[in-house]
Amino acid sequence: MDESSLPWIILLAPLVSVAVIVFLTQGSRTISAGVSILAVLVSFVASCLVFHAPDPAGVNQITWLDFPALHVPIGVTIDQLSKTMLIVVTGIGALIHIYSAGYMKGDDGESRYFAGLSLFMFSMLGIVLANNFVMMFIFWELVGVSSYVLIGHWFFRDAPPAAANKAFITNRIGDFGFMLGILMLWLATKSVVFTEIEKSLGVSKFENLNLTAATLLIFCGTIGKSAQFPLHVWLPDAMEGPTPVSALIHAATMVAAGVYMLARVFFLVQASPDAQWVIAFIGTITSLMAASMAIQQNDIKRILAYSTLSQLGYMVMAIGMLSKEAAMFHLFTHAFFKALLFLGAGAVIYGMHHEQDIWKMGGLGKKMPLTCATFAVGTLALIGCPGFSGHFSKEMILAAALSGSKWTFAAALATAFLTSFYMVRLFVVVFLGEPKTDAAKHGHDAPPVMALPLVILAIPSFLAGYGFFISHFVPLHGTEAPGFVSLFAFLAFASGAVMAVLLYRGKKEDPIHIGLLANKYYFDEIYAALIRWTQELLARQCGRFDRWVLDGLVRLLSGGTYAAGFALRSFQVGNLQAYAFLFGAGIVAFLWYVVSK
Amino acid sequence: MLNILILCPIVAAILALLGAPARPAALLASLINLVVALLALFQYDKTGPAFQFVSEFGILPEWRLTYLVGADGLSLLMLLLTAIVTFAAVWVTPAVARLEKQFYACLLFISAGAMGAFASVDLFFFYAFHELALIPTFLLIGIWGSGDRQSAAWKITIYLALGSFILLLGLIGLYQSVPVAARTFDIRALQELAAAGKIHPASANGVYLLLLIGFGILISLFPFHTWAPKAYASAPTPAAMLHAGVLKKFGLYGLLRVALPLLPDAARHWTHLLIILLIGNIIYIGLVTISQKRLDMMLGYSSVMHMGYIFLGIASLNTLGLNGAALLMFAHGLSIAALFAIAGQVGRRTETLAFEDLGGLAKPMPFLGFAFGLAAFASIGLPGFANFASEILVFFGAFQSHVAGSPFFGFRLATVLALWGVVISAVYMLRAYKAVFMGELPGRWSALPDLKFSLRLPIVLLLATLLFAGFCPRVFLAFLAPSVKAASFRETLS
Repeated sequence: MDESSLPWIILLAPLVSVAVIVFLTQGSRTISAGVSILAVLVSFVASCLVFHAPDPAGVNQITWLDFPALHVPIGVTIDQLSKTMLIVVTGIGALIHIYSAGYMKGDDGESRYFAGLSLFMFSMLGIVLANNFVMMFIFWELVGVSSYVLIGHWFFRDAPPAAANKAFITNRIGDFGFMLGILMLWLATKSVVFTEIEKSLGVSKFENLNLTAATLLIFCGTIGKSAQFPLHVWLPDAMEGPTPVSALIHAATMVAAGVYMLARVFFLVQASPDAQWVIAFIGTITSLMAASMAIQQNDIKRILAYSTLSQLGYMVMAIGMLSKEAAMFHLFTHAFFKALLFLGAGAVIYGMHHEQDIWKMGGLGKKMPLTCATFAVGTLALIGCPGFSGHFSKEMILAAALSGSKWTFAAALATAFLTSFYMVRLFVVVFLGEPKTDAAKHGHDAPPVMALPLVILAIPSFLAGYGFFISHFVPLHGTEAPGFVSLFAFLAFASGAVMAVLLYRGKKEDPIHIGLLANKYYFDEIYAALIRWTQELLARQCGRFDRWVLDGLVRLLSGGTYAAGFALRSFQVGNLQAYAFLFGAGIVAFLWYVVSK
Repeated sequence: MLNILILCPIVAAILALLGAPARPAALLASLINLVVALLALFQYDKTGPAFQFVSEFGILPEWRLTYLVGADGLSLLMLLLTAIVTFAAVWVTPAVARLEKQFYACLLFISAGAMGAFASVDLFFFYAFHELALIPTFLLIGIWGSGDRQSAAWKITIYLALGSFILLLGLIGLYQSVPVAARTFDIRALQELAAAGKIHPASANGVYLLLLIGFGILISLFPFHTWAPKAYASAPTPAAMLHAGVLKKFGLYGLLRVALPLLPDAARHWTHLLIILLIGNIIYIGLVTISQKRLDMMLGYSSVMHMGYIFLGIASLNTLGLNGAALLMFAHGLSIAALFAIAGQVGRRTETLAFEDLGGLAKPMPFLGFAFGLAAFASIGLPGFANFASEILVFFGAFQSHVAGSPFFGFRLATVLALWGVVISAVYMLRAYKAVFMGELPGRWSALPDLKFSLRLPIVLLLATLLFAGFCPRVFLAFLAPSVKAASFRETLS
């Protein structure tokens, strides 16, 4: 087999799986699950082969649109960045697929679910491989629709489809900017292909203002997909989907796509200093804001969701500080431990018969020893405990923050402190102490098919930060954080953890109440009001205007017959002659005119 | 070949009226047409002259009346659209309670009229065939419609008759502006005259405005759109499919075929006006669509809204925009037909299409739910469907164009607003999808039967064509080059 066809196998295997499930195996849940898992394994193996092969010299591509002014290929980019991402996406994706086989067992929509997972993999891999903006936008939108399908999996309840709509529409708002940015870049450089844009960036007549605007518009795509402030509101609601979906969306795929895209078009960020500043600012705000909201949430999945927001804010901030390595490093380690945490949360929810409130758990450490142990690894990695993967990548993020200003560094440190606090709070309340409900007393570990992915993910969650591991995936150029950064990072981690233990050990309910945080700064309420008073109001007024003014005018003008009404009631087949006459008359008039000339 | 496309439905209609079994006759005729349209597409020689399959038949030479048909890539695409949608519409037609023969005859006449209009190279027959298709549309709504069918039928009749009349004035004006010696109805000859600069209408701008408004009314250009949603809501399903999917494209086709190539300078003159109106189509109608509370009205308005994107492509007057507009005509025709077909099936089962009465229907009817999802995502321009490929071209084309003197407050602004329209369309489509097919299922709908297997085929055909054209848009775009070349005259990159 030709090596150049490997990327296409990676990309198309999940698409084939979608087609097979939709057309053939819908009836059999087990076969559908098997097909989907097989497809992702094929992609994974092919990704490994690609990873070990040298970078191909040329790009093989097919042409999707071909005009003199606009040439859109569907082609692949294989470089260090995409290779690493391929391994992360397919590897973690495969584990989530396998885990899902256990988690979704007995669900009526299992076939649909696995078709959705495969569609998701296809879309995500398309983003990773894309070599031009239009192709990336295509798969970008497809990720949106596959997340819609998966979040709304339990469509017969009210909340999941609402959450799915919210996710899709919020993402489309981001895509609105993204597409506009693509158009601006194309107009200036006459190309949509990354390498060509990069080349012509130096020589084009691009004004500074335009470049900044285009970069920020492209960044809108990231704001939507990576759920950055102010478009972050969809992500917590997306928890309405099945838990493995949350793991998929949060760990390796959808939200990571935004950061990956920025890394892919890093040349744009480098070229526009003003945009860097905005990107760093948005990332910082998001990380701090989300971390503060997480400390007052009670739903185990939502706490993790806000944690994802916060960590993504870190990565975006690092990109804004021009530290692509730090962002990709953290994306890499975060993918493992966040997948582990979500799947662990899924195991807890599974063992608790779909209870998600942490205050109804407690003492699960004894009932679910394996889940507890792996969850502990994930937690320690996330809060940056020395020795665990997250520690290394977080230090690099903090070093990047320091390169900005003391304020960004302070904000990043505060985020680290809060992260440590809310995660230890979660762990203490769920796994330690006494069981708070009957369900917690009878909790049990998950079956092997779900436990295995937990164990496998725990390994890289611990190891991924060490040089011998990470150097294969993200070239770090031997950048070392200054010593005092490590010290501060350790202090933030330790103080957060200690405070959480002291505050929450043995507690039956939350000793602190901060309404503003528990209600997520009222973003949902503010947005709902905003929509009600702008879009809805406008829509209603337009609807009225159309009905009463525009249409009323028509009725007025069509006057006589209409108002009299007699004609309305006498509409019969017999009137055919009348219409025929009406139109015949028109044609005859035309002819008469022509002939009389 | 083109004669078969036109005659086949007419013969079937006459046979049906004379007593042949109506449904089989209609099905057979539309199947034959589908095959013939595909054959024509395969036989079309892309390297040959623009208009092929030409056949001519003088009727009244002294009146310059000549039956003259021929097809270039654009016409072929429209003919294929007509064939596919006719086939699907006839197939999904449920049992007709009264006047079955006449019902099918009406459908077939619409099809024949549309085929004739798209195949005519003669200005007179181009107009007359469209009229032929309109009359049965009115009858279908007035006789077999639902709800307040009579007022809906009257409104569409009066409104479209007015549109046709204005169009007629415009065509007469156009005819008059050709030098007496060279006067002809032959569109090919007219295009050559225009290319040679021999058409000098005394009042070109006025004539173009008449054409724009005449065609515009037929296309439901804002603010001449109020006939559309109500008519589609009242019309029987196959009539809505045929009119929204096919017949409405006649106006757009006329702009591309007649107005732009023959009066290019006037087209440029009115660009600003067209941009303002099409923004009305996209943003204003988009908002009106959001406020709708019934599925059929929502679909009707959404179809009006999407005309804005086609107008945007046409207004841009460059290769990208015009290609996008032409492909979008095809894509929109298929997707709106699929949506109306599915909504019709839902309405037959529930006897209401009000959002507040519905919900969770994907549970008892998984196929209809799935198909509606696909068609809805197609219509809001999801990648993978033809609608996306064409809208992308429209956006690139419009962004590339600019009006002299106002670089931003012309096409740039229109593109930005049109892109925002993509968000608006996601809002109303997903809301409707959720309201009808998702959420809690009211108890009384729990036993609704899903679509019969045999009735799934036409919907699958519509969606499969959309997917194919979305994955491989170049297959279809390859046909459009010569027709678009005739219509475009501005190739600028700012």
